[in-house]
Amino acid sequence: MPSAAACPRPGPEPESGSDFGSDTRSDTEPDSGSDKNTRSAPDARPAPIPFRDSARAFAALAGAGFRRHSTYRQATVAGVFTNIVFGIMLCAVYVDVAGASGRPGGYTTAQLVSYVWVGQGLLSVVCIWAWKELAERIRSGDVAADLLRPVDPLAAYAAADLGRAGYAVLTRLLAPLAFGLLFYSMYLPQRAVTYPMFAVSVAAATLVSFAGRYLVNLSGFWLLDIRGPISFWMLILGPLCGGYFPLRFLPEWAQWLVWCATPFPSVFQVPLDIAVERTSSGVAAATVLLQIAWAALLFQACARVQRRAVTRLVVQGG
Amino acid sequence: MAEPARGAYRELVRAQIRSQSQYRASFAMDAALTSCVSVLEILAILVLFRVTPSLGGFSVREAVLIAALCEFAFQIADLAVGNIERIAEYVRTGRMDTVLVRPLSPLGQLLAGDFPLRKAGRVVQGLALYAAALVYAGIDWTPARALLAVTAPVAAGALFAAAFVAGATVAFFWIDSGEFANAFTYGGRTFGTYPQTIYPAWMRVLFGYGFAGYQPALALLGRPDPLGTPAWVAWCTPLAAAAAWVGAVLMWRTGVRHYRSTGS
Repeated sequence: MPSAAACPRPGPEPESGSDFGSDTRSDTEPDSGSDKNTRSAPDARPAPIPFRDSARAFAALAGAGFRRHSTYRQATVAGVFTNIVFGIMLCAVYVDVAGASGRPGGYTTAQLVSYVWVGQGLLSVVCIWAWKELAERIRSGDVAADLLRPVDPLAAYAAADLGRAGYAVLTRLLAPLAFGLLFYSMYLPQRAVTYPMFAVSVAAATLVSFAGRYLVNLSGFWLLDIRGPISFWMLILGPLCGGYFPLRFLPEWAQWLVWCATPFPSVFQVPLDIAVERTSSGVAAATVLLQIAWAALLFQACARVQRRAVTRLVVQGG
Repeated sequence: MAEPARGAYRELVRAQIRSQSQYRASFAMDAALTSCVSVLEILAILVLFRVTPSLGGFSVREAVLIAALCEFAFQIADLAVGNIERIAEYVRTGRMDTVLVRPLSPLGQLLAGDFPLRKAGRVVQGLALYAAALVYAGIDWTPARALLAVTAPVAAGALFAAAFVAGATVAFFWIDSGEFANAFTYGGRTFGTYPQTIYPAWMRVLFGYGFAGYQPALALLGRPDPLGTPAWVAWCTPLAAAAAWVGAVLMWRTGVRHYRSTGS
């Protein structure tokens, strides 16, 4: 079963605790004299925060996410090791399948090998498994502090998640890729445009995945314990994002259904098909647009659900 | 084990069941959904066979039997000892101290104290799939094969359980090692799901999980091993599990002795 491979497991989820934002506090607070306009009229307009400040806050939060995850070095090494073990096994499976049947799903053997190695790397970039940082803070009531900050929690968590993904690109993505390049004959992109398109696609995939996870976590405002919704998310995400097997292995009607009705291919299958150049550049660009559309839609949904959820918040234990 | 100790374990498990079923909606959803996991595993094999006529020289019926046997065994192990993974949290926070000072075996406490009731559905699901795979494979039944069909999943489950315990001990030395152990537990499950003929030889030696699904399935199907292992090896899953447990218990003891608490 390629599943565990694809979705190894809630890995050593870095403990959240209160470190979120703690070292960025100084950046997010309306800071020193750099912005003279707000200085001169302090009480006139408390909101909205000027674009430059919010952009700076966003960058600072992303940087904090990056730094936070870069401190879990053991976990990174252990995770890379596991990705490589799974990569070796999945390569054995796909190479055998390709040997017996020619071009399964239209992929050559080399493309499938690339699919496996890029895929093992991407798993932790887009974070395909359980994430319940926000839900834990809802349960404990800490979320009240998030809501008091001058940055919308949705934007703050998204920034931190992009920072996390950035660190994952440098470690969890590059290490299995390097292993694959060293020991396997991988398919390398033939078109220059593939590289920037892959980069955009990975960023979009991270945002879609994040918005999905955030939405699941928001259910904590109603349920408090979100193990059920998380199971649901992971159960359908794994097979429908292309993590169990390339979606092209499915019957055509099922492919249409998954591509047209769900955001899941945008999380994993799209960047992988771009990396192995399974389609023409035009089709690849269209799939990136699809990702961006899903990201926009899901962020809208997050914002809306969050507005309703916040009105329900009762911080437990006073 | 003394009678009072057994009573204590029973109470621990009961308390767990009570506490886990408190958030009803979430619990019901979680239990129902995660029990679909095994079905997905087998569906994944069937999807592979949509694009290929054979996998490692095995037909779809044979491959499904191997996968179902391995999956059922894994679910047994996951229910029984899978939550030992949480040891990392105990070690990191120093909660292991309280476990060690109680007059019960540390391993027993950790298993009973985290008993995952919601995983029970997966074992039922795994059993149903295994039974279906046995029928689907069209086995030529003999008394010996019937005996093997019953004992193999239990023995293979013990093999996986040993891997869980052995993997968990790494946490005593290397706290953020969760994913490292996953390579040998969840990785072992993936490894054992497929016919061993597809793997390079060094990997078959390193991961002994051929014993989990592949070897017993060969004996059930009455097929000689294309890799040339003699037929009696197919019956050795219990021996492999026993050997793995000896190793796992030794590792566990070393690990517990190595525990130094958090100093707080």
